[in-house]
Amino acid sequence: MNEFIGSMNITAKGCNLYYGDFHALKDINIEIPEKQVTALIGPSGCGKSTFLKIFNRMNDLVEGCRIEGEYHIGGIDIFDKETDVNILRKNVGMVFQKPNPFPMSIYDNIAFAPRTFGITKKSKLDEIVEQSLRRASIWDEVKDRLRKNALGMSGGQQQRLCIARSLAASPKVLLMDEPTSALDPISTGKIEELMEELKKDLTIVIVTHNMQQATRIADKTAFFLLGELVEYGNTDDIFTSPRDERTERYITGRFG
Amino acid sequence: MRKIYYALKYVCIAALVISLVALLAVVAYVLINGLDKLSFHLVFGEYDPNMPTLLPALVGTLQLIGVAAIIAIPIGVASAIFLVEYTNNKGKFVKIVQVAAETLAGIPSIVYGLFGYLIFVVAFGWGYSIIGGGITLAIMILPTIVRSTQESLLSVQGGLREGAYALGTSKVRTIFRIVLPSAAGGIVTAIILAIGRVVSESAVLILTIGMVVNKVPETLMSPGTSLALDIYYFASHGYPNEAAATAVVLLVFVILLNLLAGWIGNMIKKSTYGDAK
Repeated sequence: MNEFIGSMNITAKGCNLYYGDFHALKDINIEIPEKQVTALIGPSGCGKSTFLKIFNRMNDLVEGCRIEGEYHIGGIDIFDKETDVNILRKNVGMVFQKPNPFPMSIYDNIAFAPRTFGITKKSKLDEIVEQSLRRASIWDEVKDRLRKNALGMSGGQQQRLCIARSLAASPKVLLMDEPTSALDPISTGKIEELMEELKKDLTIVIVTHNMQQATRIADKTAFFLLGELVEYGNTDDIFTSPRDERTERYITGRFG
Repeated sequence: MRKIYYALKYVCIAALVISLVALLAVVAYVLINGLDKLSFHLVFGEYDPNMPTLLPALVGTLQLIGVAAIIAIPIGVASAIFLVEYTNNKGKFVKIVQVAAETLAGIPSIVYGLFGYLIFVVAFGWGYSIIGGGITLAIMILPTIVRSTQESLLSVQGGLREGAYALGTSKVRTIFRIVLPSAAGGIVTAIILAIGRVVSESAVLILTIGMVVNKVPETLMSPGTSLALDIYYFASHGYPNEAAATAVVLLVFVILLNLLAGWIGNMIKKSTYGDAK
């Protein structure tokens, strides 16, 4: 089985994560709805990026990281022995803080994941490349230089290329770890528009430091503090009438 | 205080001049003594006791490079891949290997020669042979290849590996498609420089390939000679000018190798990184 099917709700139950002796995430329970944008906010070091990386099991690569709890995406237990981590990552794409295009052509960057999963026919690859670049709204800018090295692009273009590269694997969920923090406002705006479009088919979870960004793009917002999930709800409610005093202090800029 | 600063500058200039003069003196000496003996016959001609030639040494040198490279490159690169990609370059084991590699790289080459002599010439009963010398040279350059390949792999940005894994790429595919191509420039440069050491080595070969200067080796099991060995032989057997001429050939050989290393390294970097870097 290569594809996750059905609804792509994400759930975490009794989530505890340790780096060695350090208790980084404390008893987090959350249900993230499909085909919406959910923002994870909170001060640096609060565990939001760590939490995000549970869902494509990137923490597996971190030495001394121990994870407890139950995690499901679309009903699939992501830590189950039956679940192939590479299939999981194909279905749960990730965009990183720093754009990380591979040192190869734009075309080969996008075709990388399809080739990994056995697509070799040129016409099929051409189609996936064009479609993915269009979905990441960068097709018009690069269609004449698909064979050029991706490292020659600007930072904003590189980041949209990385989004297109993820989309080429036809993921059902997209995890974004501060995807615009290294970009200028115009590039940031483009990526935010893009997310609006992508959430029609994808469940998007984004970590952001920028609270305006959360209010602009997120349907739901979760506020993390010192490894705890303090408050989670509709973005409007979180920013207009937070229930927890700590949330209010954070969004009004009084600490963090 | 000011005066001391000025003085320091001139001390440094003097030091630089001394090292340049020393280098130029060597090159000039070799050229002055060797150039009139340098001819097509000397390099490629049939060997004759009255007119010694370098043909056996040229063939021997190329064979030694071949044997050493075929053995040392795959083993060295694979070891480095294991250390960096499979152990995260951390832990006691890696430390021990690191220290061992650095120690091995610092051992005088005559010690490797003695080892090769005792193992291949004596214990295996091969006698003096090109292959015994080649294997010994391979052992000698292995630590260098491992260390420099390690450095090249470590210089590949971690973000690239993460990016590949996040697309569901297996470890093996990540290594071969992303990490190795990104590190290839540095690895190839390191390998060519290691081959430069093979070319200029003599102590190892005196004890392992037998310094037979007058016959082109028939097989890899035959004894033979190399360019560097020929210099020693000619100088100690009454052909000082031929020795200098051989040194000229060797110098050119090493210079070409170094240029090649830089050129190939840059070519690969250009083709992986485009014009971006």
